Order: sequence, then C-alpha cells, then structure tokens
Amino acid sequence: MNIIVCIKQVPETTEVRINPETNTLIRDGVKSIINPFDMYAIEEGVRLKEKFGGKVIVVTMGPPQAESALKEAIAMGADEGILVSDRAFAGSDTWATSYTLSSAIKKIGKEFGSYDVVLCGKQASDGDTAQVGPGISTHLDIPQVTYVKKIEEIKDSIARVERMTEEGFDIVEVPLPVLFTVVKEINEPRIPSLKGMMRAKSAKIVTWSAKDMNCDPDNLGLNGSPTKVVKIFTPPPKIGGQILQGEPEVVAGKIVAFLKDDIL
Amino acid sequence: MGIQVITEKCTGCTVCVKTCPFGAITVINKKAVIDFNKCTLCGACVSACKFNAIFLDKSQSQIKGTPDISSYKGVWVFAEQKKGKVQSVAFELIGKASELAAKLKTHTAAVLLGHDIEHQAQELICAGADTVYVVDYPQLASFQDEPYTNVLVKLIAKYKPEIVLSGATFIGRSLISRVAIKINAGLTADCTGLDIDHEKKLLLQTRPAFGGNIMATIVTPNHRPQMSTVRHKVMPQPPLDKNRKGKIVKETFPLECFASRSKLLDVVEEVESLVNIAEADIIVSGGRGMGGHENFKLLEELAQVVGGAVGASRAVVDAGWMPYSHQVGQTGRTVAPKVYFACGISGQIQHLVGMQSSKTIIAINKDPDAPIFKIATYGIVGDVFQVVPELIKKFKEKLKK
Repeated sequence: MNIIVCIKQVPETTEVRINPETNTLIRDGVKSIINPFDMYAIEEGVRLKEKFGGKVIVVTMGPPQAESALKEAIAMGADEGILVSDRAFAGSDTWATSYTLSSAIKKIGKEFGSYDVVLCGKQASDGDTAQVGPGISTHLDIPQVTYVKKIEEIKDSIARVERMTEEGFDIVEVPLPVLFTVVKEINEPRIPSLKGMMRAKSAKIVTWSAKDMNCDPDNLGLNGSPTKVVKIFTPPPKIGGQILQGEPEVVAGKIVAFLKDDIL
Repeated sequence: MGIQVITEKCTGCTVCVKTCPFGAITVINKKAVIDFNKCTLCGACVSACKFNAIFLDKSQSQIKGTPDISSYKGVWVFAEQKKGKVQSVAFELIGKASELAAKLKTHTAAVLLGHDIEHQAQELICAGADTVYVVDYPQLASFQDEPYTNVLVKLIAKYKPEIVLSGATFIGRSLISRVAIKINAGLTADCTGLDIDHEKKLLLQTRPAFGGNIMATIVTPNHRPQMSTVRHKVMPQPPLDKNRKGKIVKETFPLECFASRSKLLDVVEEVESLVNIAEADIIVSGGRGMGGHENFKLLEELAQVVGGAVGASRAVVDAGWMPYSHQVGQTGRTVAPKVYFACGISGQIQHLVGMQSSKTIIAINKDPDAPIFKIATYGIVGDVFQVVPELIKKFKEKLKK
C-alpha cells in the first residue's frame, strides 16, 4: 500500500500573545512545529504501513525550512519526504494550495506506481480552514471522508471508517484510492525512536518546484487564489468586568444574586 | 509583485519582527529585512508597522476569473438538514443573508436537499428566504459528499448566485470545500463577520486566524459565487414572520447525479454527544485548573443545579478528562450561552474565540493574571474547589432544589 501524508509546518500558536500597548502579535522566538492534527495523520499512515506493508510518503508545501517537518515525520516512521517549494507558491490560498499539493500527489503516483490512501490532518492551526484536504481530493477526483476517527478495516481495496459527527459518528464504506482527514481521536502519535531519529538525520529530502510538477502557473500563488486578504488586524482588546473580592461564601452569594434573572 | 520594505520609512523599531508569525523579518543595520524563504505574504507586518514602511503589492491581476461576474445575483444559504430537520445554523444564516441581500438590492434563497423535506421550506421562507430550492430524493436523505456536491454545483451553475453561505458544521465544511474547488470559487471558512463593501459590492468576510490571535478580512474579487461558512451561534436567530410569502421551487435531477463512491452504512449516536453544549443557555466549563477527571463531578453538579451543560477546554480534552463533544474553542464548538462559568480556565485566545460572545462570563481562577479575567463579566480570584461548592450551595438554596 502506498500511503501519502500531507503535512504543514506552522508557528506554535499557543505561544503567541498580544502586546497590550501596540496591540500586535508578539512571539518569544519563533518555534515551528508540525501542525498538531498532521501528527495524527502521520501516525495513522505509519500504522497502516505496519499493518499492510508498503511505503509512507510525506509531502509538504512550504519554504525551505519546512524540511525539518519532513524529517520529524521520517523519524516517526515515514519512508520518504518530499518538499514542494517554489517562490511561485507564495500567497496561495486554499484553492491554490490544494491544487499544488494535488499536483505533487499526481507526480508521486507516477513515480511510485500508484497511491492508495492520502491522509491529512483535519485543519491547520494557523489557517484553521479545514479546506485543503477536501480541496486535494476534488482536484484528484477521488472520494473523501473527513473527520475520520477510526479506520475500521481495509479489505479488497475498500475501506470502512468512522466519520465524526456532532451527534456521534457515521460508518462509511469507500473504495481506494481515497483521501481521509483525521481527528485526534484516531490514535496516539508515537514518540520517534532513536533509530527513527538517526534515519531522519541521514534522510535525503527531495524538493520539487512548480516546473517539476508541470503546474499551470495560472493556478499558483496569489494569481491562482480566488480569495485575497485585504486586511489583517488584531481583535480589539477585551475590557474586563468586575473582580469580586471576599471569602468563597461571600462571592458565591454575590454571583447568585447577579445571575438571578438568567438562571431562574 | 510581492512584498518590500520601504527603507526610507523604516526606523528599525522591530515591531514587525515580533509580529511576524513565521519569523521572516530581521533588522539589519537598523532596517527591516524580509527573508523570502519564510515569508508567506500574510500581511501581518503591514498592519503592525506604524510607519507604513512595508508595502505588499497584491494588485497582480487575476489571469483567470469567473466570466460575466455581473450576471451573478442573489444570496444563497445551504439549509443543512439532519434526519429531516433543518438545523438552526441555517436559520441564523438566512437572517444574515437577508441583511446582505438588502444591501446588494438582491434576493435571498435557501437550498434544501433531503427526502420528505418540502414541508420545512415554508419555515425557511418565514425566516427570510424569498425562494427555497427543494431537491427531494431518497438518495439525498442523509449527507454524502459526492451526491450533495453534484447537486449544489448544478444548481449554482443554473441560477448563478453571487454569494453562497453555509454552516461551518461537519457536513458544511466538508461539502462546501469540495464545491468551491469544483466551481473555481473562493471560500472563506468560519467567518465571524460578513458585510458588503459599498463601493465594490463585494462580500467582506472576516475570520480569526493563528488560533484567533489575529483577524483577517478576505474578499473574492474575481470569482463567483463568493462562498463562506459560518459557525453556529455566531449570527443571531432571525425573527420568524408567520405571514411571509415566498416561492418553493422543486428541482429535478437525473439519477446519475446521485452516484456516490462512498456508502453510508450506519449512523451512530453517542449518548455523551447528546449533551449539546451548542444549544445550552448555561454552560459550566472546566480547564486544566480542575486538576483531573474526577473533579469534573463538581462542575457536573453545578451544571445540574442551574440547568446547564458542561464544557471543557482543549487542554482538558487532550488530557482525556472529558470527551471532545464538550470542547469549547477554536478547534471545538463555538458557544454563546446566557451564562458561561469558566472554572480553572486560563483564557488562552483559542478558548476565548469559542465563548467570548457569551452574555455573562464568570471566571474562577487562582491566577490573578489569567487572561480570562480580561473578558469576564465577574471574575473571582480564588480556588475553584472552595468557590464552586459554595455556588452549588447558594444556587440550591435560591432555587429551592
């Protein structure tokens, strides 16, 4: 089975704060991590390989520094890492990004023969759109199942999976090749072994440019992005209310009095 | 094309360095220098710079766009239904759609896919839809990506709406992403604000990014329709006008349209998930300060006494103390209850994004510097394990339970 995992390197957003004086973002150093949801996708890919045999190919679209994300994935058990990088991709929205990644996947398919499963994390913690996974499957014209919380079985090129819903989950059956976006409930990502880290260190990352993938330049970067950001601003600072002082009994009494109308 | 520092204006103040989420800017010889290997043209530095010393050129004309843009008219809402019932988010969006349509001097429509759902169309009209397109077939009873995508794509091609809105639900986000790619349209997810630019008549789509640390306003200048998803409880419920009249149009499709490579085998409801925090008027929510799974019993007791639901921060769900169905925040649910108790929650922005529209927020935290106090209506600096039992006691007395 050839398994492709799409990952993204993102800034660690939990570390970001707003400077109250300038009302802008401040960061203590810039730590780049693999998008948290993608860790679960990598883990699931490695588990599928352990079960069915084959290869896990990790691909990321990003600036040259994104190579470190691919190496981390290799340390977890991925076999190959492909960096898709080109100045032409800068400014891509989700349409252009999913086009670019699907071009990479088409090329991977040619080089490795075929692919069976494409795994993506549910959403990236910087853009938070959850659009690229479905976008890739549409560009490739393969079926998709989003919010996958469990891959129950894969047999005779048909997968049976659990798709998360607001009320619980659906059980869906879908033929390969297929794209899954996964949620955290699906597994527990492993900590890379020493052996994995050694492999990652010496791994050769392949870089593909827009030309390497025969991309249509009209579909790339700012040019290929139907959406345009016209303004970025920090949300207005919140103004706090009252801080209540006193013994627990006293403050609780005050709260109950304040909420009288809402709760009764 | 691209981004550049206007060196004459740059003072080397380093605000942009600290603002850049990608660490792409450094100050060398008192001038900002952008590393194009890291820059993603997000524009955060442009807004942050007080000297207007960074210029981002986005005027590059689009080589391909939707032909004949001015022929696209109307504001549509995808009326999501589950088990034959239209979801409340659809009504919220019709309210917003009517407002946008009025500004554009155009009409509002809803699109309803399902089986035996025609009777729901009138309520959509009462909420503000001028037309409801009904596609009623047994194959559409439950959502499946491909049949729903095919139908929506065909309807959009037929009627050419300028704006299409959908709830940012599990179904909505999956479906609309596919549709947008298929029809070459721009899509903005999880919008918290929608408005019309008077001059250009464009939809202004505002949404949080970087986990809610910044807000971005996005437009789709050259492609139609302009598509957005909006979370439940972000827009208000519109009033229902029982006497409102509108058109119900039944659309027919050949059966090939409903072909689906994936098959829905079963729908499983989990009892836990039926604690629907999205609908609750009162939520008692716990964070890492609760210390552990067992301690949530205290919050469950308070929730029971006041008639509310229990919520949880991401840290709590990641630690396995509460199931994901209770998670409030950027990667969980957005809630807007009348009362939100934040117990042992520090108030990281990713959490605030999910509950800041709550009418009254009560925060209890040991740390006086916890960010939650900035948005709390009433803040208590104290020990949750002392304050919450007192709240339970006092509410019980008041409510005579």
